[in-house]
Amino acid sequence: MTLTDQLKSGLDAPICLTWEWTYACNLACIHCLSSSGQRDPRELTTAEMKAVIDELHDLQVFYINVGGGEPTIRPDFFELVEYCVDRGVGVKFSTNGSRITPERARRLATMDYVDIQISLDGADEATNDAVRGQGSWAMARRAMDNLRDAGFGPGGVHGPFKLSVVMTRHNIPQCGQLEQLAAEYGAELRLTRLRPSGRGADTWHELHPTQDQQRELYQWLLDRPGVLTGDSFFHLSALGESLPGLNLCGAGRVVCLIDPVGDVYACPFVLHDEFKAGSVRDTGGFTHVWRRSDLFTELRQPTSAGACASCGSYDACQGGCMAAKFFVGLPLDGPDPECVKGHGEAALAKLDGSQRPDAGPGHSKPVPVKLTHKPVLVG
Amino acid sequence: MRGLLSPGTVNAFDPARAYRLHAKVALRPEPFGALAYHYGNRRLNFLRSPDLVDLVKDLGNHHSVTAALQASPVEPVRHPAFCRALAQLAASDFLEPVPEQEP
Repeated sequence: MTLTDQLKSGLDAPICLTWEWTYACNLACIHCLSSSGQRDPRELTTAEMKAVIDELHDLQVFYINVGGGEPTIRPDFFELVEYCVDRGVGVKFSTNGSRITPERARRLATMDYVDIQISLDGADEATNDAVRGQGSWAMARRAMDNLRDAGFGPGGVHGPFKLSVVMTRHNIPQCGQLEQLAAEYGAELRLTRLRPSGRGADTWHELHPTQDQQRELYQWLLDRPGVLTGDSFFHLSALGESLPGLNLCGAGRVVCLIDPVGDVYACPFVLHDEFKAGSVRDTGGFTHVWRRSDLFTELRQPTSAGACASCGSYDACQGGCMAAKFFVGLPLDGPDPECVKGHGEAALAKLDGSQRPDAGPGHSKPVPVKLTHKPVLVG
Repeated sequence: MRGLLSPGTVNAFDPARAYRLHAKVALRPEPFGALAYHYGNRRLNFLRSPDLVDLVKDLGNHHSVTAALQASPVEPVRHPAFCRALAQLAASDFLEPVPEQEP
């Protein structure tokens, strides 16, 4: 059996576990995967969080990817990070930077096994703030300054932080500038794929890269093996040589997501009932969900190439991303909406929108209601 | 997970020397062998054979890689392949040479 086949049939514990610590967020990014904004009253308590961390320690999950929402909003954020590190569970957390003050940056710099990803979705304020909201560029830059000053990066007391960018048609032309910005801070650059998940379902059609940009990005990444991608562009491998990484959909096989209320989903991009495997609050906890849930068992069965069977590139792209197909309303055994051979666009053109799944309530903040003013007569 | 199997700093691997699992590397048993994680450089590696896992764990008990292989149940015909796997692990710092004075 090849390694890929072994990984497809599932591991005893996930390799890459994403855990969203809260739905609360001070921003309202228009592509937010988890439709975050407001804290959910059912979110896991500190004691429940620690019980899950104990389980992850026993399962030898080496590190977790912490996100949200904005995870640093949790009042017990540092307590939980320290609890993880003490148990050998490394923490890589994503933040918009709003709470990375000079003091907190210095505290983080002393912590081993903690890595920080600052989210920034453009190489200039206008491009970034159009997606992440007004003031978010300044917020992220301040945090980057604070991390650098606290000793993150070359010559410092801590390893480099990461600059994490979701690729859109507006920032793909800025790859070079993003690379330069990361280099100015001695930071690592991490580029990830935009998914039509969460609030992204409504904005993906306007934001996702064009076919030309996909080819441009593929070439750019091939030339820069040091740029991190979280394996998220494996659908581009159909363009030729494989990009470094596992090049497979790891959902429920090597990857999963725990949301702030403890529900376990197949991957970070499918927060939807259809891909909910169970809850860490169920009997048997996370371990039972990972090893025994019906959904994960099913995802570990051999898959058929479906509509992609006749395409010579299936071995390279594996049909692409399950979440991307699901949220645009395409069948899971068909092409990825961003299939580089154009099969996704053709399939999308046949849909009328009724195939798209109901996104559910989400945790977005209510849109402020505009008061209607009586017209004032100016005489 | 990018950079999973790419080599780090290449140190010349010498099977005549003693090596051991790096102190910051943890092994997690898996059906195919083990998953190895380096808490220092944050890299992952797949050890794709239970024999390789046993060998890696036992490596530090021998005065050389060759001696460790000879003491293992691995058939001599497979020794070159195992040596290559160990060299790769050493290249990404998953194995470290044992200093001469503490064999």
